[in-house]
Amino acid sequence: MFGDFDFGEIARSLRYLFATGMAFTLQITALAFVGGMALGTILAMMRLSKLRAVAFVAGGYVNVMRSVPLVLTIFWFYFLAPSFVAWLLGSSDPIQINAFGTSVVAFIIFEAAYFGEIVRTGIQSISQNQVNASLALGMSEAKTMRWVVLPQAIRVMVPVLLTQTVILFQDVSLVYVLSITDFVGAASKIAQRDNRLPEMYLFVAVVYFAICYGLSVLVRYLRRRQQLAAT
Amino acid sequence: MAPDGQGTYLDGLIAGLGWTLATALLAWALALVLGIVVGITLTTSRRWLRRFAGAYVELFRNIPLLVQMFLWYFVLPELVPADIGHWLKSLSNAPFVTAVVALGFYASASVAVQIAAAIGAVSLGQRHAALSLGLTIPQAYRHVLLPVAFRIAIPSLSNDFTSTIKNSSVALTIGLMELTARARAMQEFTFYVFEPYAVATLGYVGVNLIVVNLMRALERRVAIPGFISSRKD
Repeated sequence: MFGDFDFGEIARSLRYLFATGMAFTLQITALAFVGGMALGTILAMMRLSKLRAVAFVAGGYVNVMRSVPLVLTIFWFYFLAPSFVAWLLGSSDPIQINAFGTSVVAFIIFEAAYFGEIVRTGIQSISQNQVNASLALGMSEAKTMRWVVLPQAIRVMVPVLLTQTVILFQDVSLVYVLSITDFVGAASKIAQRDNRLPEMYLFVAVVYFAICYGLSVLVRYLRRRQQLAAT
Repeated sequence: MAPDGQGTYLDGLIAGLGWTLATALLAWALALVLGIVVGITLTTSRRWLRRFAGAYVELFRNIPLLVQMFLWYFVLPELVPADIGHWLKSLSNAPFVTAVVALGFYASASVAVQIAAAIGAVSLGQRHAALSLGLTIPQAYRHVLLPVAFRIAIPSLSNDFTSTIKNSSVALTIGLMELTARARAMQEFTFYVFEPYAVATLGYVGVNLIVVNLMRALERRVAIPGFISSRKD
């Protein structure tokens, strides 16, 4: 079964797998996390807004994004962005946009819906009495948010955000559908060049498992510490 | 008329939606069966059984679905004895079968966690009451704990089900012609970008709306008055 396994194949391609593939995966994960958090926080504020139209728009965005597969969103951005940018700039031909840029934008737009919901539930977990108290002390709504609600909400959100980031990290593998060289893409290129599919894909699975399992242990530790702090 | 000679492009997209639903429903059935068994195992008092179930959950949760599909599709036939490998490779609808199995196992990890959490949410008093009435542990699960736990789990399970529908699009990487793949193919043939993806998006949003409302109706229908799951929102 493992008799004709060539582990040397993995050793020989380690540099390419990590320096090219994993580096790309981590870059997209980081950029999508920062962008998704920023846009997600705005969405969460909008959903909690007293203006019903604003809350409705943000709610619609989140619900549509959460009912569409990520693969479809990636296709949307990859194939539509050139025409869209051309239309913005008034150009008659589609503008060339690199795959890296479109995937980052697609992930930010998509993940913002998920991060936004985490931020919203985090903010809503803070009791209304605290808001009332700080308003009664004469703080403005913005100051209440900044100094009273968010510092507590962020502590509630951290484990959930970390879990979502692990999911994001796994989801980046889906840029495979654009034939981009992320970690899976790099492994798949070598696997097909040398006809070594089992070795490469098993190695990819082991690496993903090690990273994600490590992070999930960290999440559990954070959760336990939070529960202890709450009691 | 689409170039595959089997009706219009719209027919193709509708057939794609059919494959999406068939894959998601069968995978969901598999996920429920596996997930309930593993979820119950997670709550047993035997430590090694809990460990085993925990390892199962971690295994299927911490590897990206795309990689899991590749493992089932490309790697598994190489690892089993040659005869079985050949048989697996020559299955006529291998992408569909693989997608169902891969999605089913992937989703079952999450189902197991939800079921275990729901069993944990049933108050300890109920378990003690059942046992002191003379029910055996299997009877207590069957008649007291599980009926309540399933009701508690409905909202999070419906979330998992909609995820499974969306995740079925990953199967396009192993050649399943589901909704997203059909839209992609239509875009390649016609050079229209907006239209195919817009129709596919509408398809997913529509299915999602239907599922969410059905599950809410189910939740209300089976609610036990006085329990959390009978809330009215």
